[in-house]
Amino acid sequence: MREPLIDLKNITKSYDGQVILDDLSLSIHENEFVTLLGPSGCGKTTTLRIIGGFETPDMGQVMFHGQDITNMPPHKRNLNTVFQKYALFTHMNIAENIAFGLKIKGKSKAYIQDKIKYALKLVNLDGYEKRMPDSLSGGQQQRIAIARAIVNEPKVLLLDEPLGALDLKMRQDMQYELIRLKNELGITFIYVTHDQEEALTMSDTIVVMNQGYIQQMGTPEKIYNEPENAFVADFIGESNILDGTMIWDRLVEILGVRFDCVDTGFGTNRPVDVVIRPEDVILLDPERAQLKGIVTSVIFRGVHYEMSVEVGGFVWKVHSTTMFPEGTQVGIRVEPSNIQIMNKPESEDEEAVSRNGKK
Amino acid sequence: MAKNRKLLAAPYLIWMIAFTVIPLLMIVYYGMTNRDGAFTWDNVMAMARPEHLGALLLSLKLSISCTVVCLLLSYPLAMILRGRGINQSSFIVFLFILPMWMNFLLRTYAWLNLLDDGGILYTICENLGIPTISLIGTNTAIILGMVYNFLPFMVLPLYNALMKIDQNVINAAKDLGANQVQVFFRIILPLSFPGIVSGVTMVFVPSLTTFVVSDLLGARKIMLIGNIIEQEFSTADNWYLGSGLSLVLMIFILVSMAVLNHYDKNGEGTSF
Repeated sequence: MREPLIDLKNITKSYDGQVILDDLSLSIHENEFVTLLGPSGCGKTTTLRIIGGFETPDMGQVMFHGQDITNMPPHKRNLNTVFQKYALFTHMNIAENIAFGLKIKGKSKAYIQDKIKYALKLVNLDGYEKRMPDSLSGGQQQRIAIARAIVNEPKVLLLDEPLGALDLKMRQDMQYELIRLKNELGITFIYVTHDQEEALTMSDTIVVMNQGYIQQMGTPEKIYNEPENAFVADFIGESNILDGTMIWDRLVEILGVRFDCVDTGFGTNRPVDVVIRPEDVILLDPERAQLKGIVTSVIFRGVHYEMSVEVGGFVWKVHSTTMFPEGTQVGIRVEPSNIQIMNKPESEDEEAVSRNGKK
Repeated sequence: MAKNRKLLAAPYLIWMIAFTVIPLLMIVYYGMTNRDGAFTWDNVMAMARPEHLGALLLSLKLSISCTVVCLLLSYPLAMILRGRGINQSSFIVFLFILPMWMNFLLRTYAWLNLLDDGGILYTICENLGIPTISLIGTNTAIILGMVYNFLPFMVLPLYNALMKIDQNVINAAKDLGANQVQVFFRIILPLSFPGIVSGVTMVFVPSLTTFVVSDLLGARKIMLIGNIIEQEFSTADNWYLGSGLSLVLMIFILVSMAVLNHYDKNGEGTSF
């Protein structure tokens, strides 16, 4: 296995007795686009600030290229941060903003001029040198913030919800922009967001966090298709989470009906969580179905219809391109491979347990 | 509707005309005429007389000293307050403003008691067996009194300006490689400049024109330009000369404010 670029070892951090990060370990490799994803308060921003040097962990180590940088101040670290609200220097023009880091490092005038030109070209804002930050739109300011960071040629770029303050269209444009930048620069991006769509679009690796623990880590496809627990399933995309009983390997009982599935190793007659994505629910003629229910609502979403189907007290979320009107009797079928079985958490703590070692 | 709205401005217009415009015109009138009502430059040119020029230069010296001392005292304080929680820092700011709620004369008399022969400082020195100090009637006493009275006017705008600086901007500078000293001189100081301009204005102008502090703590030995103008109006009963000197002082202040505001691009030092 390759030597990791950044290695967080058993990081613990608490504020006022409240534990934010609990024994968190995480390895990040070179040229990776890693996204820390989770609801607010899950510890993702604290993790980023610890990597950036703006927080010191109570316990644990931050390794960078095999060197312990836990107590190194931010200005000595070979990484740069793009802050949530841009944090541009409002008393300097764009060129001065971008030149800031280079001037501190004592680079030559000619070198700095070249870098400013290059960086502005990279973020598609050529000719903005003399403008003041206040005269730019949010998206432009964010791109300047990125330009200001990357001229320093950091090994790692940390991005703290950089698109949070932008409108939807701008956000989508910036997502493509960031992927392009990452590919052109060939550096590691560590990206913090609570937006699962952003995470799925841009990342090589997603780290799903909750309550200071890593819930699951993997490629976007893996996280989406094979969530390891109900939290991940619920947080990433939409899903139906049902109580079920694992009868034996490859056979699960949901709502009194037995379904074939592909999971093994859960034992016999064991209560489990069953996760089924709305787009994996097939609606059909009740006669040929495993479950029968009634359509209770229909919403048109553009690409598909979003329907609610009630079956014996449980309301299924269903996405389908075929519309069944409200009140229709429908049948439900699910392909065995689309049924995800996961252990039921025995307590809140176990729900939040670190799955780090299982990668 | 629009007409009614305009009527609402009437009280302020009347106020301004009665208490700003007319008095100002009267000063201009008195300053430009002699006792016979004839036009003259004499009152204005009188500023060039040695005794007046000396007083103006001394006033400048003392008010600049006072402003510098206030700035040097307030900036570190405001920096410390910035690092504190909002509750704690606003309480400390409150403590600094509290003396302003007491009568200006009373506060200055207190300093008279502190510094006078047989005053508190004198007694302490006496009891300690070290040479006694009597500061009353010295420039130092006047500067001390002015600093004490005008310090809150420096603290408040500086505190406000520093509190407005986003911590992320400072973090961004550190992130880009700036150490503490570089962060201060390249980020914090320039971003707090409007507060400095505002504070300097609010301390410099009243300390340049004061006559109460110099009257009490200068023991009538030290004549500042404020004292001279005051005497022309009260004892000498020469409104013409007093107004002429006032006009010169006013133009002097306006010019220095214009210079200061030139550097205050955001226009936050709009106290005068």
